[in-house]
Amino acid sequence: MTPEELRSRAAQVRSREAAYAESFRVCTAESCLSLGSRALLHAIEGELESRELAERCRVKPVGCLGLCAQGPLVAAELRRGHGAEERSHLLRTVRAEHAAALVDGLDGSFDPGLELPVDLPFFEKQLRIATENCGRIDPHELDDAIGAGAYEALLQALYEKTPADVLAEVERSGLRGRGGAGYPTGLKWRTVAKNTATPRYVVCNADEGDPGAFMDRGVLESDPHRVLEGMAIAAYAVGASAGYIYIRAEYTLAEQRLRRAISQAEGAGLLGKAIGATPFEFNVELRLGAGAYVCGEETALLTSIEGNRGQPRPRPPYPAEEGLFGKPTLINNVETFANVPPIVRRGGDWFASIGTGKSKGTKVFALAGKITNTGLVEVPMGTPLREIVFGLGGGIPDGAAFKAVQTGGPSGGCIPAAYLDSPVDYETLASLGSIMGSGGMVVMDEHTCMVDVAKFFLAFCRDESCGKCVPCRVGTVELHGLLERFSRGEAGVHDLSLLEELCDLVKSASLCGLGQSAPNPILSTLRHFGDEYRAHLEGRCPAGVCTMRREGSS
Amino acid sequence: MTQRPPDAPAPPSDDARWKRIVATLRRLGHRPQSLIEGMHAVQNEFGYLEPAALRYLAELLVVPLAKVHGVATFYHHFTMRPPTRHTCVVCLGTVCHIKRGPAILAEIEKRYGVGAGATTADGSLSVVEARCIGACSLAPLVVLDGETIGPTTPEEVRERLDSCIAKTEGEPPRDA
Repeated sequence: MTPEELRSRAAQVRSREAAYAESFRVCTAESCLSLGSRALLHAIEGELESRELAERCRVKPVGCLGLCAQGPLVAAELRRGHGAEERSHLLRTVRAEHAAALVDGLDGSFDPGLELPVDLPFFEKQLRIATENCGRIDPHELDDAIGAGAYEALLQALYEKTPADVLAEVERSGLRGRGGAGYPTGLKWRTVAKNTATPRYVVCNADEGDPGAFMDRGVLESDPHRVLEGMAIAAYAVGASAGYIYIRAEYTLAEQRLRRAISQAEGAGLLGKAIGATPFEFNVELRLGAGAYVCGEETALLTSIEGNRGQPRPRPPYPAEEGLFGKPTLINNVETFANVPPIVRRGGDWFASIGTGKSKGTKVFALAGKITNTGLVEVPMGTPLREIVFGLGGGIPDGAAFKAVQTGGPSGGCIPAAYLDSPVDYETLASLGSIMGSGGMVVMDEHTCMVDVAKFFLAFCRDESCGKCVPCRVGTVELHGLLERFSRGEAGVHDLSLLEELCDLVKSASLCGLGQSAPNPILSTLRHFGDEYRAHLEGRCPAGVCTMRREGSS
Repeated sequence: MTQRPPDAPAPPSDDARWKRIVATLRRLGHRPQSLIEGMHAVQNEFGYLEPAALRYLAELLVVPLAKVHGVATFYHHFTMRPPTRHTCVVCLGTVCHIKRGPAILAEIEKRYGVGAGATTADGSLSVVEARCIGACSLAPLVVLDGETIGPTTPEEVRERLDSCIAKTEGEPPRDA
């Protein structure tokens, strides 16, 4: 497909879309699906059919609409009369039995019990780049994605830019890795491009394993073509012709949608051989993870693609020099690739104008835990934590008091109320003893015990340690055992210093990121919630979560 | 494309499911690096990896059997036990953990006498714990025979389990 063909196809799709006076978009991402959105979709279709309205009102399955807590979600677009302004409505907790009421509401008056206010801060305060098409397009249809501008940036790159131009654009954007560590994306690309060895590979890390994180799942289930386009642009920039997407086996829906998207894009000449009718070739294959958290670490992931046990290896050499099958390999996370097409389309300077000094652009966060508006949000870097938790997130339900927000999964830490006004960017979170991580934000209230939380993460790291290096394999077991003593009220003062000492050892001596960051949940809770540890020494659990063997004095 | 030697081993049985697995392996080109994909193919069809299947993969892909075993046991997703009639995955990710997911596991243990990673004596139910399936808006949640249920309570899970086990009582286990 040439750029002209792509443009005319996009125009066709848009005019087809415009022929409908009204439309319903029904969320069919995992969360809403398991709340019954498939039946709802069919019920609305049936209702429109029986009232002979199918010609004027479109029903479209879409990806994540964001506010998962209120699912199943339906977005309605109404255009009253010719040329009139389009009005959007968002409807929540819609069940199949509401289908008739929904169709009744096409005159603009939906059941107030179902309708969400349009000016909800949850939506108002977002700036969507990586997720701009999530919830707008049908993730099953290539045409729908093309109508929304998919593959425009890829063909623009192939026809109007050299690989060096694309690279320079990405460098100028200031984009940093969205998987957690925040390594400058342009620098990584340049290292691969500079390498003279061939073949080179582009790998997408979709092994989203941090508990409490579901951003990549949202993007893959809602807009799979976006990720493929980002990968293809990267392949063009670094001179690769083959790529892999390593995706969690648990993400069945995302996997199916990706497989379908790959074959659609290949069929349309937008992936595979002769992309955009140019000599550029890029083939993508899927590789399924098999339930090993450590495979989210880049060298372990590559080892797993090679068919081995997913154990990491020392770096250097970095994958950019010697990666998959010993060849130069560019490995980025799903969200990083999803940011690439807009950067190519709108320029690196535009992207760099969003965000803070060293953290450019936006970040997608998965809000969950003791928070009213569970769901996916995308906000500019530097947005204060308070705004995310209390503005977009709607605060803590049931009148409970905020205690901490946990970011970065098992590699991250807990940030207390005193730092709620800190801007969310890579440097600030690191200075607070946590990390940006992949974007999971788990909110905790007064009923959560921080020692118990630390113990939870250590149990996780203990189970997921691959066993290759001793500090991590043995250290995580010992750390967990120590925390167990705290939560049973058996720990003594010397255990506190032992805990700190052991954290330092595991952090400094482990081979890969899993072990090096495993002590973070302990270190950050010790730093911000030291009182709770000391209370446990006295046999008290302030949150009332831990069952103490001996009763405290208070 | 295929590197399969002329004397490639025959699948362990003439079960029709092997035809699909063989086709997948052929598409992947019988390379040693296709081992994990091959295991996925076998487990998709049979529900588990039986010893004969592991030996077959070892021979076909020319990978030492010890390594095949190493890979099969490294990854949590692969199982070497035949599936039971019902599987209940209890999510214990961060969000489920602070929303009292462990109470669900305790309730199942109280009612059926099996904890995470175990199977009831009559082989009707396996309980599996998961560290976050990425559907945190539904926390706490379980996945019962592939269906995600959440937000749920220990009582609801017990009732759902009771009724689905009662329905299939006396039937042979799946794929047996």
